[in-house]
Amino acid sequence: MPSILEVEDLSTHFRTDAGEVRAVDHVSFRVDEGETLGLVGESGCGKSITALSLLRLVPSPGRIVSGRIVYRGTDLMPLPEKKMRRYRGREIALIFQEPSTALNPVFTIGYQIAEGLIVHKMMKKKEALREAVRLMHVARIPDAERRAREYPHQLSGGTRQRVLIAMALACRPSLLVADEPTTALDVTIQAEILDLLRRLKEEFRLSLILITHNLGVIAETADRIAVMYAGRIVEEAGAADLFASPLHPYTQALLRSVPRLGEAGSPPAGGRKKRLPAIDGSVPDLLRLPPGCAFHPRCPDVMPECRERVPRFLPLGASGTLPAAAPRPAARAAAAPGSTGAVACFKHHDPEGRPR
Amino acid sequence: MRPAGGPGAAPPGGGPLLEVRELTKHFPIRRGLFSGVSGWVRAVDGVSLSIAPGETLALVGESGSGKTTTGRCILRLIEPTSGAVRFDGANLLALPPRAMRRMRRRIQVIFQDPYGSLNPRMRAGTIVREPLDIHRIGASRRERDERVAALLRRVGLDPAMRDRYPHEFSGGQRQRIGVARALALQPRLIVADEPVSALDVSVQAQVINLLMDLQEEFGIAYLFIAHDLAVVERIADRVAVMYLGLIVESGTREEIFKNPLHPYTRALLQAIPIPDPARARERQVLRGDPPSPAQPPPGCRFHPRCPSAFEPCARVEPALMEVAPGHRVACHLYPGEGGAGGS
Ligand SMILES: Nc1ncnc2c1ncn2[C@@H]1O[C@H](COP(=O)(O)OP(=O)(O)OP(=O)(O)O)[C@@H](O)[C@H]1O
Ligand SMILES: Nc1ncnc2c1ncn2[C@@H]1O[C@H](COP(=O)(O)OP(=O)(O)OP(=O)(O)O)[C@@H](O)[C@H]1O
Ligand code: SF4
Ligand SMILES: [Mg+2]
Ligand SMILES: [Mg+2]
Repeated sequence: MPSILEVEDLSTHFRTDAGEVRAVDHVSFRVDEGETLGLVGESGCGKSITALSLLRLVPSPGRIVSGRIVYRGTDLMPLPEKKMRRYRGREIALIFQEPSTALNPVFTIGYQIAEGLIVHKMMKKKEALREAVRLMHVARIPDAERRAREYPHQLSGGTRQRVLIAMALACRPSLLVADEPTTALDVTIQAEILDLLRRLKEEFRLSLILITHNLGVIAETADRIAVMYAGRIVEEAGAADLFASPLHPYTQALLRSVPRLGEAGSPPAGGRKKRLPAIDGSVPDLLRLPPGCAFHPRCPDVMPECRERVPRFLPLGASGTLPAAAPRPAARAAAAPGSTGAVACFKHHDPEGRPR
Repeated sequence: MRPAGGPGAAPPGGGPLLEVRELTKHFPIRRGLFSGVSGWVRAVDGVSLSIAPGETLALVGESGSGKTTTGRCILRLIEPTSGAVRFDGANLLALPPRAMRRMRRRIQVIFQDPYGSLNPRMRAGTIVREPLDIHRIGASRRERDERVAALLRRVGLDPAMRDRYPHEFSGGQRQRIGVARALALQPRLIVADEPVSALDVSVQAQVINLLMDLQEEFGIAYLFIAHDLAVVERIADRVAVMYLGLIVESGTREEIFKNPLHPYTRALLQAIPIPDPARARERQVLRGDPPSPAQPPPGCRFHPRCPSAFEPCARVEPALMEVAPGHRVACHLYPGEGGAGGS
């Protein structure tokens, strides 16, 4: 399947008084047409900044310091701002993590959905408003005509998220990036929104990047998964493979530490309740990253080289020592379709990049 | 009026440590600062529950169902509208302020937000020490210092970190400081309001394990407020499910997870995404949002969203009735044996 998006060696840094924050650090991934890529990782690991980087919307003092963002064959990085605007919303739409910042409290819902149509599609206001109501129907908002005249504060969290989905679909994008679209919602509402996203993906033939820290949400939605840790992708694999046989020690520990229904064991009649396998330590501060592999202070499998060198993100079984002529071996290789996955860990490649 | 139900969730055997009966909290709705009351938010609308010493009762339900309000009423951080709260035999709602302060030593609280719940200008050591100072526990300054060090160590923090400020800790570490502070006075009950919801999974597991360890060691009872049922299944002995201000089902952990009866409890369990693509399933998605507790629907409050609603549901409010030993449900699908459930 052709890919709709290829991200190669993307790095986005924030220059702060305390130092340079490498929020996104040599990140490479691809999204195939019609596919859902899940981007998971814990708070602060760089998921949202990755999403914002794709549309070149990184807030200052952040800036993209390197990388290519290739959308259907066009590298977006060198485009002048004016051309870039044609991609935002129309080709790639982003549902922001913070719904309150995405909706303006002083305008009606209907108007805010219509606005994009007026600006991008040159629609007349009346026509755009009609289309807005239609989009609200598409996003399964009951009583859309009436709700279109309401203001954001009048909506429940679930309805607000549907409005954001309707807005994102307004200009018929091909790639939708949804940043934590269900995190603020209750489980029953979350299930409804995920169900909606799945159906809309079919209806609109969308490719989707779904960002979340919830492994359950990812398992139910993604075809392929990229796991981020401290600004880097540490593992990427098909969803089934990743859950069945995670390779990176962080992915392994993360999957073990998720409480799952039905695994609490037999009744604790006087006995001990079953503990969760926890990862010691805490999620690292990007300003005080340890040397070597960022996970090494928490890693049960740490080896001497882990403390000194940064493992490269390489496909399984492949060698990272390609001829010098091949540009960005890690990125290319990780994006290779049909590969069974890629991982950045010295358990799987030696420091020279040879498979172990 | 609702028909009278039995106690919402009663522990088997022994006397309860905490017993809450028909607790209500109605918040007034005012249109403007000086206008009269135009309605009431029935945040908690007749909740009964009890907790035995050393036991964990989990209170689950969706946002706005009244879990936090229930917890705050028990702690008397807000005054309930009506009902009774008995702790260790004493009626908390009748206690004069001074006696209530003494009682507070025995009932502590852990809040959801590890960022907002600690005073940012206090050092970690002082935060943990403060309750000891307030209640004048320990003979000397030194003795209190030693206790603070022991408490920090007990929750897995290095006592050398006592001089740091909250912002210098990670979320999980901050939550540990909150736990150490709650433990300082050796409480018998801790109301833990979503203590791990704001934490990353890898850190969440550490805090949950810590809470279980402390319970084993000190025999603390928890009212564990949560919405993550997979966490609840780990830690709870019994579970009470709230919907729009009412407990709609309660029972032992095994009963609730293996044999959920109320359609809402079932929907809640089905809605949890399973972290395993091999088991991802077709689920029945519940339609619609929960209604406002200012205008709870007549009859069964769940009926507008209920996939099994039938004739009486929109008319008659079902009482919470015992359908199996210790398992209570408020739903017309389970007529029960009639009358109130046992105590
Ligand atoms: N304006 C900024 N200045 C400095 N650092 C920033 C800024 N914005 C983000 N960062 C840093 O970039 C890193 C990545 O942030 P990002 O928002 O992408 O995390 P995330 O993975 O989306 O986390 P979450 O799950 O909490 O949403 C964080 O560690 C954050 O501290
Ligand atoms: N001080 C208040 N004034 C008016 N209404 C209130 C007040 N506090 C809570 N409420 C309302 O009471 C209801 C119950 O709120 P509560 O915080 O107890 O719910 P909860 O179950 O803890 O929800 P969550 O999961 O979101 O924490 C909600 O509708 C809420 O808006
Ligand atoms: S590279 Fe080393 S420290 Fe990093 S995850 Fe692999 S084994 Fe652990
Ligand atoms: Mg984010
Ligand atoms: Mg609450």
